[in-house]
Amino acid sequence: MSILVIGEHDNAALRPSTLNVVTAAKALSSDIDVLIAGSDCQGAADEAATIAGITRVLKADDAALSNGLAENMAPLVQSLAGNYSHILAPATTYGKNLLPRAAAILDVQQISDISGIESEDTFVRPIYAGNAMATVRSNDALKLITVRTTSFEAAELGGAAPVEDVSGGVDAQLSTFAGEELTRSERPELTTADIIVSGGRGMQSSENFGMLETLADKLGAAVGASRAAVDAGYVPNDYQVGQTGKVVAPNVYIAVGISGAIQHLAGMKDSKIIVAINKDEEAPIFQVADYGWVADLFEAIPELETALESNPS
Amino acid sequence: MKVLVPIKRVIDANIKVRVKADNTGVELNNVKMAMNPFCEIAVEEAIRMREAGTADEVIVVAVGPSQSQETLRTGLAMGADRAILIETDPIPEPLAIAKLLKAVAEKEDPGMIILGKQAIDGDNNQTGQMLAGLLNWSIGSFVSKLSVEGSTVKVTREVDGGLENIDLVAPAVITVDLRLNEPRYASLPNIMKAKKKPLDTHTPEELGIDVSPRLEVLRVLEPAGRAAGVRVNSADELVEKLRNEAKVI
Repeated sequence: MSILVIGEHDNAALRPSTLNVVTAAKALSSDIDVLIAGSDCQGAADEAATIAGITRVLKADDAALSNGLAENMAPLVQSLAGNYSHILAPATTYGKNLLPRAAAILDVQQISDISGIESEDTFVRPIYAGNAMATVRSNDALKLITVRTTSFEAAELGGAAPVEDVSGGVDAQLSTFAGEELTRSERPELTTADIIVSGGRGMQSSENFGMLETLADKLGAAVGASRAAVDAGYVPNDYQVGQTGKVVAPNVYIAVGISGAIQHLAGMKDSKIIVAINKDEEAPIFQVADYGWVADLFEAIPELETALESNPS
Repeated sequence: MKVLVPIKRVIDANIKVRVKADNTGVELNNVKMAMNPFCEIAVEEAIRMREAGTADEVIVVAVGPSQSQETLRTGLAMGADRAILIETDPIPEPLAIAKLLKAVAEKEDPGMIILGKQAIDGDNNQTGQMLAGLLNWSIGSFVSKLSVEGSTVKVTREVDGGLENIDLVAPAVITVDLRLNEPRYASLPNIMKAKKKPLDTHTPEELGIDVSPRLEVLRVLEPAGRAAGVRVNSADELVEKLRNEAKVI
């Protein structure tokens, strides 16, 4: 069995999601190739080569692949598929966009968002916003799988795998990248942060989210949000944690003014420790919280900052 | 332009699902069903395109058991012009659904196909991307903004890092995200009118599509539960517990 991991990157650097997918791949086989498909992507390929325990890095460098457009990427994945028993990608917006297209043209029923591996053909995955866990066996000869990154540790670095060039970048002429508006932040990334401070509708305004940012900076935390807070325009879409947003599993998730709808819980209930701060003591978030504090967040957050300062670690 | 909107009947988003005692799936008997919330956004967008003159006909399509007619009638009551049901029970896997929708698309020749980014039952997030692949059309997934300019479809996509703009060559498949629009409620007169709108039924056999599953569901279990923990009464107590008991900060 050989595994192809589709690496996620921005050409210059590897995205951390790739490391979690490699760990999932290691549960299947020790023969793992990582594909870095992009344009001027030597930086990302060199970084991928340092992942411990992989066989090689395949670098497909072509202008048509620069922005990971699925129309141009899927035929490349198809052309490589014959050498592999499994093709894995992260269940991030990048992997979710690309892999089903590749699966369709390969006539494979993809298995989405796996959180566990039972054997080479049997996988566990959440359904119904994580309210049920399905164990499914694939009868396809080739398996295409997206991996829930929070369910697998990041693979270690320190390796020196060879980088080999592969061809296959063809512009399908169906789509053109026209720009991006990425959220710039000095804070840790939501999906890899050890600590997350997350706000809900209770924050009441975009300005009030500033309180959470101050708290987050004291903790070295990332800032997240519930769908309600994003829909209300308090914060950008990429803050959203939940069934259809980001799935996170930090060491501690501090939910502030979040009621705890099942769709939100789906995105954070694998956190090691959950803290809930909410003035409504009936809020469902308290049913999953390790530490619940019934308090008005506008008083609680400044108090928490003071307490952190007066009790230094 | 004709717009095709595939929609799915799922357990109502507000219902807490229960795993069946025999662990073969989740309980669907006597459970309130509704149109998948992302599909409502797709229907709304298509109707707005028709209202704006970009589209001239909106066709809702469902793949599923005969009760999916109710979901199609909801789409018609929202404003779709006609409906197509591909009757099959149980609902097939995403690849088979994509093949059925491809067959419908080849017959109807739409200028755009708009569908939800995922259904809240299987949470697969596959069908739209697969359909685009099978048709060899452009794909705009997780779209929060959409406009048509001649033969170009301009989309803004919600991605992990923020937003991404892509220009698509029409015809395109669009999968919609939450913030594209806020779906309307069907008015009573429109619900009455919807009963008279055309609804055609086909079968996978008529379309020549094999829908047999590729995946076998071995078991469905409750997730590991989380017990509620303790209440704290002050910031000092919370910080003390996080530092010394949980050791996470």
